[in-house]
Amino acid sequence: MISVQQLLLRQGDFELSQISFEIPLNSYAILMGATGSGKTTLLESICGLRTISGGKIWIDGDEITRTPPAQRQIGYVPQDSSLFPTMKVHRQIAFGMEVRGFSQAERSQRVEELASSLDITEILDRYPRGLSGGERQRVALARALSFRPRLLCLDEPLSALDDGTRSNLTRLLKKIQQSESVTVLHITHNVEEGIELGTVHFRLDKGQVRSVGCEDSGDKNTA
Amino acid sequence: MSKNKPKSIRQARTQWDGLFWTTMSVFGVFYLALIIAMLVADFQFANWSDMSSLLADERVRFSIWLSLISCTIAAILSLWVAIPTGFLLARLGSESMTQRLGQQSPGCRRLFNWARYFIDTLLDIPIVLPPLVVGISLLVLFQTPAGRWLDQRTGELFASLGYTGIRGITYEIPAVILAQFTVAAAFAVRTMRNTFEQIDDRPERVALTLGASHYQAFSMVALPQAWRGIVAAFTLAWARSLGEFGPILIFAGTARMKTEVLSTTVYLNFQFGNLRGAVSASLILVTLAIVVLILTRLLTLGGSSKKGVIV
Repeated sequence: MISVQQLLLRQGDFELSQISFEIPLNSYAILMGATGSGKTTLLESICGLRTISGGKIWIDGDEITRTPPAQRQIGYVPQDSSLFPTMKVHRQIAFGMEVRGFSQAERSQRVEELASSLDITEILDRYPRGLSGGERQRVALARALSFRPRLLCLDEPLSALDDGTRSNLTRLLKKIQQSESVTVLHITHNVEEGIELGTVHFRLDKGQVRSVGCEDSGDKNTA
Repeated sequence: MSKNKPKSIRQARTQWDGLFWTTMSVFGVFYLALIIAMLVADFQFANWSDMSSLLADERVRFSIWLSLISCTIAAILSLWVAIPTGFLLARLGSESMTQRLGQQSPGCRRLFNWARYFIDTLLDIPIVLPPLVVGISLLVLFQTPAGRWLDQRTGELFASLGYTGIRGITYEIPAVILAQFTVAAAFAVRTMRNTFEQIDDRPERVALTLGASHYQAFSMVALPQAWRGIVAAFTLAWARSLGEFGPILIFAGTARMKTEVLSTTVYLNFQFGNLRGAVSASLILVTLAIVVLILTRLLTLGGSSKKGVIV
């Protein structure tokens, strides 16, 4: 269970206050909201990249409110994928394991496994420069999953892709979430994408997060 | 009539465009012509026999070697300071730091920004100070108790290593390097700061979420992206050290076969009325500077300005 309670975040004139929501374990949560409503800010706060002014965040019963990002066990895929320009794809995917001290054999095995699942085996020896948008996002996804995170945060991962690539990646995201058994928090503007992927739906509106549906309850009103 | 009007406007615009580019080119060409004219005049003034007789002089060969060695050490020391300082200055002004400060009170943010501007200005002082003032300041610094202590310990250190010829810092070879470093490092810091400012810090932040420490994010993600900037900073520091004269004159002196570098060779030859010798030594300086600049351009070839190419 991912639990955010009474989260308070101030950024100049912008403020997110009293944000509270819960994401059940192994569920696929969709967070929607208007541009500038603070979705990315909220996601970065959960990842530990922004300091919050108040409130608490728990993952599986562990409070991580003041935990450094490196120790939160949260995989993060930003909107622009933010690949490391000077690293080849295979080292890029293994990065999270390398800095955590995994052995070379463990890293290679995991990279091959993820590359096969995400269909990027062919590009493992390439640098990020020259990769297509879809390939970049798949590499970023593999990199975020490599160390088996407890939560995967995706910031509009499909927004800059063409329809065909978006459709392929949507299917891939669904498959990988189930095969990796990872809880996902996915930000999107696209209602169809949200309906297709999400098992839990939230909306960030006027500085408040409200639940707008859960697959189990049959309520999927994401509009 | 209505058709002619846009045509006349187009013609007038083309004429103005032509005038604009011509004016810009005239200013550029004027400066370029000045540089070329100076070099040509130097080469015409000094002939090969002047150059060969200068190079036959043991004292001049010593000054060339001392210049090459001291400039290289000063440039390495400059990088050693410039890489962390440039990174710190760039990241303290980055969006992520602004976001962190957004959580603080306005007073705290203002104080932070004032401190940043103050440090930034301090680091520029060696660039704007007259070179002689840098030399005098260094000399005065080494007259303080702490300076004298360091001077003495350095002499003892060199003696213990077997270099009895170097008895301290002031008026010795370490003074040459320190004088070169003091000015060159300021240029290197500026170059490295610009380099890191042009490198997006988002991948470093992603690296943190992947489990990296701040050091790992810096050394594995940011630093490899900055290599062209590092080459540029090294070159700039090296070239700046090569041309340094004022601080060396005051702080290290112009003792032949001891603290004489190429720039002081030019000065000493000129001082003793040997203008041909001074010009020949200047030409050695010019040749070394051109070789280093061309090498750097070749090394950083193919890079974009976004990758921190400053030269």
